[in-house]
Amino acid sequence: MRLIQETDFGTPASRSEKTVMLTIDGFEVTVPEGTSVMRASQEVGISVPKLCATDMVDAFGSCRLCVVEIEGRNGTPSSCTTPVADGMVVHTQTGKLKDIRRGVMELYISDHPLDCLTCAANGDCELQDMAGAVGLRDVRYGYEGDNHVVARNSDQPNMRWMPKDESNPYFTYDPSKCIVCSRCVRACEEVQGTFALTIEGRGFDSRVSPGMHEDFLSSECVSCGACVQACPTATLTEKSVIEIGQPEHSVVTTCAYCGVGCSFKAEMRGEELVRMVPYKDGKANRGHSCVKGRFAYGYANHQDRILNPMIRDTIDEPWREVSWDEALSFTTNKLKKLQKDHGKNSIGVITSSRCTNEETYLVQKLTRAVFGNNNTDTCARVCHSPTGYGLGQAFGTSAGTQDFDSVEHTDVVIVIGANPTDGHPVFGSRLKKRLREGAQLIVIDPRRIDLVRSPHIKAAHHLPLRPGTNVAVLTALAHVIVTEGLMDEAFIRERCDWDEFQDYAEFAADERHSPEATEQLTGVPAEELRKAARLFAKGGNGAIYYGLGITEHSQGSTAVMALANLAMMTGNIGRKGVGVNPLRGQNNVQGSCDMGSFPHELPGYRHVKLPEVRAIFESLWGVEIDSEPGLRIPNMLDAAVDGTFKGIYIQGEDILQSDPDTHHVAAGLAAMECVVVHDLFLNETANYAHVFLPGSTFLEKDGTFTNAERRINRVRKVMSPKNGYADWEITQLLANAMGGNWSYSHPSEIMAEIAATTPSFANVTYDLLEEKGSIQWPCNEAHPDGSPIMHVDGFVRGKGKFIVTEYVATDERTGPRFPLLLTTGRILSQYNVGAQTRRTANVAWHEEDRLEIHPHDAEQRGIRDGDFVRLASRAGETSLRALITDRVAPGVVYTTFHHPGTQANVITTDYSDWATNCPEYKVTAVQVTPSNGPTEWQVEYDAQAKQSRRIVHAEPAE
Amino acid sequence: MTVTIYIPGDSGAVALGADDVAQAIVGEAQKRGADIKLVRNGSRGLYWLEPMLEVATDGGRIAYGPVSVGDVSALFDAEFLSGGAHALSLGNPEDIPFLKNQTRLTFARCGIVDPVSLEDYEAHDGLKGLRNAVSMAASDIVQTVTDSGLRGRGGAGFPTGIKWKTVLDEAGPQKYIVCNADEGDSGTFADRMIMEGDPFVLIEGMAIAGLATAATKGYIYLRSEYPDAIRIMNAAIGIAREKGVLGASVLGSGKAFDIEVRVGAGAYVCGEETSLLNSLEGKRGVVRAKPPLPAHKGFLGRPTVINNVISLASVPVILDKGADYYRDFGMGRSRGTIPIQIAGNVKHGGLYETAFGLTLGEIVDEIGGGTATGREVKAVQVGGPLGAYFPRELFDTPFDYEAFAGKDGLIGHAGIVVFDETADMMKQARFAFEFCAIESCGKCTPCRIGAVRGAETVEKIMQGIDREKNLELVADLCNTMKFGSLCALGGFTPYPVMSALTHFPDDFRKNPYLQAAE
Repeated sequence: MRLIQETDFGTPASRSEKTVMLTIDGFEVTVPEGTSVMRASQEVGISVPKLCATDMVDAFGSCRLCVVEIEGRNGTPSSCTTPVADGMVVHTQTGKLKDIRRGVMELYISDHPLDCLTCAANGDCELQDMAGAVGLRDVRYGYEGDNHVVARNSDQPNMRWMPKDESNPYFTYDPSKCIVCSRCVRACEEVQGTFALTIEGRGFDSRVSPGMHEDFLSSECVSCGACVQACPTATLTEKSVIEIGQPEHSVVTTCAYCGVGCSFKAEMRGEELVRMVPYKDGKANRGHSCVKGRFAYGYANHQDRILNPMIRDTIDEPWREVSWDEALSFTTNKLKKLQKDHGKNSIGVITSSRCTNEETYLVQKLTRAVFGNNNTDTCARVCHSPTGYGLGQAFGTSAGTQDFDSVEHTDVVIVIGANPTDGHPVFGSRLKKRLREGAQLIVIDPRRIDLVRSPHIKAAHHLPLRPGTNVAVLTALAHVIVTEGLMDEAFIRERCDWDEFQDYAEFAADERHSPEATEQLTGVPAEELRKAARLFAKGGNGAIYYGLGITEHSQGSTAVMALANLAMMTGNIGRKGVGVNPLRGQNNVQGSCDMGSFPHELPGYRHVKLPEVRAIFESLWGVEIDSEPGLRIPNMLDAAVDGTFKGIYIQGEDILQSDPDTHHVAAGLAAMECVVVHDLFLNETANYAHVFLPGSTFLEKDGTFTNAERRINRVRKVMSPKNGYADWEITQLLANAMGGNWSYSHPSEIMAEIAATTPSFANVTYDLLEEKGSIQWPCNEAHPDGSPIMHVDGFVRGKGKFIVTEYVATDERTGPRFPLLLTTGRILSQYNVGAQTRRTANVAWHEEDRLEIHPHDAEQRGIRDGDFVRLASRAGETSLRALITDRVAPGVVYTTFHHPGTQANVITTDYSDWATNCPEYKVTAVQVTPSNGPTEWQVEYDAQAKQSRRIVHAEPAE
Repeated sequence: MTVTIYIPGDSGAVALGADDVAQAIVGEAQKRGADIKLVRNGSRGLYWLEPMLEVATDGGRIAYGPVSVGDVSALFDAEFLSGGAHALSLGNPEDIPFLKNQTRLTFARCGIVDPVSLEDYEAHDGLKGLRNAVSMAASDIVQTVTDSGLRGRGGAGFPTGIKWKTVLDEAGPQKYIVCNADEGDSGTFADRMIMEGDPFVLIEGMAIAGLATAATKGYIYLRSEYPDAIRIMNAAIGIAREKGVLGASVLGSGKAFDIEVRVGAGAYVCGEETSLLNSLEGKRGVVRAKPPLPAHKGFLGRPTVINNVISLASVPVILDKGADYYRDFGMGRSRGTIPIQIAGNVKHGGLYETAFGLTLGEIVDEIGGGTATGREVKAVQVGGPLGAYFPRELFDTPFDYEAFAGKDGLIGHAGIVVFDETADMMKQARFAFEFCAIESCGKCTPCRIGAVRGAETVEKIMQGIDREKNLELVADLCNTMKFGSLCALGGFTPYPVMSALTHFPDDFRKNPYLQAAE
């Protein structure tokens, strides 16, 4: 165990393939052209002193410590800003350089506090390190001069001094320790792309300033932590480091929030987590992070976390804390009785997209091998099931085609139905970086998301479509490409089925699909749409990134296929910089789908009706697998209301809050006789549960997550489970109590079983993951190192398939009673149902869900900003406060669903995708009226939840 | 018959009352029924004679000066409109030795022509260089400038032709010419004079630069402290555009070039070329590290020629009369002429354009005529506030880039400021640090902190605190700043400090109590 210290090369790597050779301090060095002298030196282990340089941002040349001498050149250039040249002879340590460096350090320290021993950065301070490296022994200027260090100079207040800014919940800004290296400012600009920080004043007055001399919390800062990571001193420091002290060891693991799947170093003191620091070798995030992964892990220790198993006979009773044995036997008795009384198909499971691959695999195995049915489904049902179906049909694999690095090579990006800067912030930052380099952007979204216009980013085209008209817009794009002859015929002829394309082209070319014909319907100006189509078709490498704004519609699967069509007809598949890329909502949506969570598919997307597939598992598990697909979540709930589905084991999902039409979900759960909730908290679903099995956090277990780019990343245990067991152990306990006879002693054994049974995982082992860091599936004989980009030489299914995408309007329509369209989404600081993030200081940014409404619609209804409004659909009603903004178009309202008090899903309806049942969250006809406060439903719900959450704690043993 | 009277509109002359004099003359002419035409020309650069008015007579121009409002009536009485005798009469101005002995190539028209008359400009050999350039290949224009030996007049002395060649050789859809008119050095005024007195020569020079490098857009970054220059440049650009000198087809060549004036916001450091580019782009005026050179990645990341006003204004005569003509003036590697700006405590302050090679002593004693106070000259600061102080012992130094560098000095933008024996060089050293502290952009450490500590340490020396230790510390600090700073602001601050220390050591060892009593 040690603290992982990544080498800081000082400047970013050069991408040049041409190399140059030079001599540094007598060593010959060969590096790519464009490499800085500083980086070239570090490559051979020569550390040139530096303070303003760090390899996450471009060279700046301000600290003047890294000066070197180059034979044949005048002066002492800074090594960070000087590129290497062939035959260059560099000296990094000479008498002259030593004098300059010592002189510079003497100046730095003359304006810096001398409190090293009590400083939070003690032991992790580059200023301290450099003072040592240059041999500074004396500050001859004294400390009485002009400074930013002390609040008072003798008797006078020091006007230069600024107090500590502690407004951000996670880190502090202490201007007195700032050396004005601008690393934070540059990280905010270059890495995060928010431009929240600047240097105010000039000369000795120069200070880091969030916005226009605001505090961090009030500024535009999004608390991604890039500045804190970049700071070489204690100026920007995590509050946790101030409280706990410096970590002594670290473990690389994977964030458990969104589908970007960032790698982090969990920096520890014993079993205490000191901080999470993004890992530079993490291939998804390349050393960057967002406010959630970086800081919002406090829920792991939140007082609401349940650490003991609990049971109750009926849901109006309080919970009783019991032993694991008692909880398991209680559960087993109930479930077995239900199967005996109502048949083996009367119970089922829901796997979690937040748990590991190994855990998900075990949960579906539980129902298939132990319960004896295929009643397994997962939360991907309600988010990306159309992706799996649509891309599977078109390309032959149910996954995105690229790695995230691919965005660095893209020229034109379509972002549709996704809001990366909020939902997938680290990818959002990587995208913005590429856009600042000159790539063009087309945003297709009803809302003016931040990408449309934010500092140094401007979309070439924003197509603000009416919710529910994705397919019409995408087909209109295809219409323009086909009728204007912009397609890549060579690609189509070589890689796709030409006849199918011709059918599709004929369909798309029909005048009724023209932008002019669909404008009335979609609300997208025809000329703008034409320009966007031309740009995408002819603008170079074209990449499509999409999210739940595509899938969560009655035509979600159709829209996914339409995206596949667009990519294929423009030849944008199979290389860097292109592709069709779903942005996955949760950390392991991809993995939970891969692991056979769906009722009709065994692991690896193979249908249960295929006997040869069943045979693989049957021989290994020693059971017979039902050849009939099981129930999807909505079917389970319907069956429960009908009285045929009686018991369920739900691992890590809160269907009551996250699934549509809350009333129906509640009725289904209430009708069941044994609801087992396995979670960290008494979530909303647990209000209807009879058994609560306390879960473990991602910090407390080993396993793997698979992110949106099919990257299998290791999750590593950094502390003991506070609840006693890792989640995979709990599922195993339950399986064995039910007679499963499992004997896994480590998740690596579960992965071995996955690899043995699932061709796309054939070569995946924990040893290989250890060696490579991460692997993108497929990883097998054909792709031993994994597959960053798919369909390189041909589509997995053979020929790419064009599928006709007829637009069929949703049945959910506006009318006199419900004249507005509600669409929903996520906000940066919160995550999904908020079970985790609401239990962190992230509430500082978003303490409640708000209803975004256009000023025009608000004015008509007499609604002022901040007023309580009643939001009603034919499904139900709730109330929340209004936020008046022109981000939404007239006729459209928007809200988030992070807070159970709001219960936005009371409003959403039971319409769903025709192919996959993915709910139509993104379109609900609603009415908004002024209101005095919570609705009757909210009041009743709150009372029921309070009643349901009562706990009788176990008597301490005497 | 209408008599033409020239009264400079140059802001130096205006500061000395030229506007009032002009108004008085117009009023008096009306009263007396005299038929006059008033031209607000540039200054001839003889500032001790300003406001200096000139009357066009049959026998050529006759100058009077310095004229005050109170003199106007008497001038009319003396029939100055026909060149009549008066105590203020200076005769033919071109016979005044200060002017007569100059070699005016760049300033050939300054003070003679109506600054905003393109006809006048052409009548005095204007546009000849540009007409030649239009018919030349870009690379030939660059070669001509290279052969002329012209070096950057902003201070760095980099060969202009080589800079242009770098930009010409860069591929790219858009290149720029940026004129550095942020003339911030105290004691310098050549840029202002040419922009106020002969703006078309700068426009012509920039257009030639555009043709030479395939740049189609030029910017003049002009300091806000020069409102008259801003007004006159804008007027001249408007005329040039109207007459086809600028625009889509420069003089009908089919090649486009246009110019825009951008006004600075008062930061000295924005005279440094990379800060200037940042400011021009609307960013904070902080220095950029080089490389990349502006010639490769300059304004908005595009290849950019960035030249001083005088460098660009010297180009038309080179293209008109040839590289050899220009190169034949000067000495060593300093070719052509240099407009020396003589200021400070000096009898004959003004602009003196001459070939390189005069000694500092000739400039100060003979041309400048010694101090205005009549006291002994103690020191001359050459090259602006960051230039070195030269004592009389070094007055044999010839005005030449290399010769000055050899004496730990610089000629910079060729401004010289004269000090008499009452100057306290320790205070001047402290001032150098204070100036740097006020004007530092704050990016690099040696300048940002060093300037403040330097002023504090000199202050300690003044108070007699650890004098020898602190003198050593100042010397060490100057070493750190000179070799460690990112740009010339911090890098050149040691010049005035160290020259003061080296040449005037006694000023740093005075009794602090006696000093306080002074």
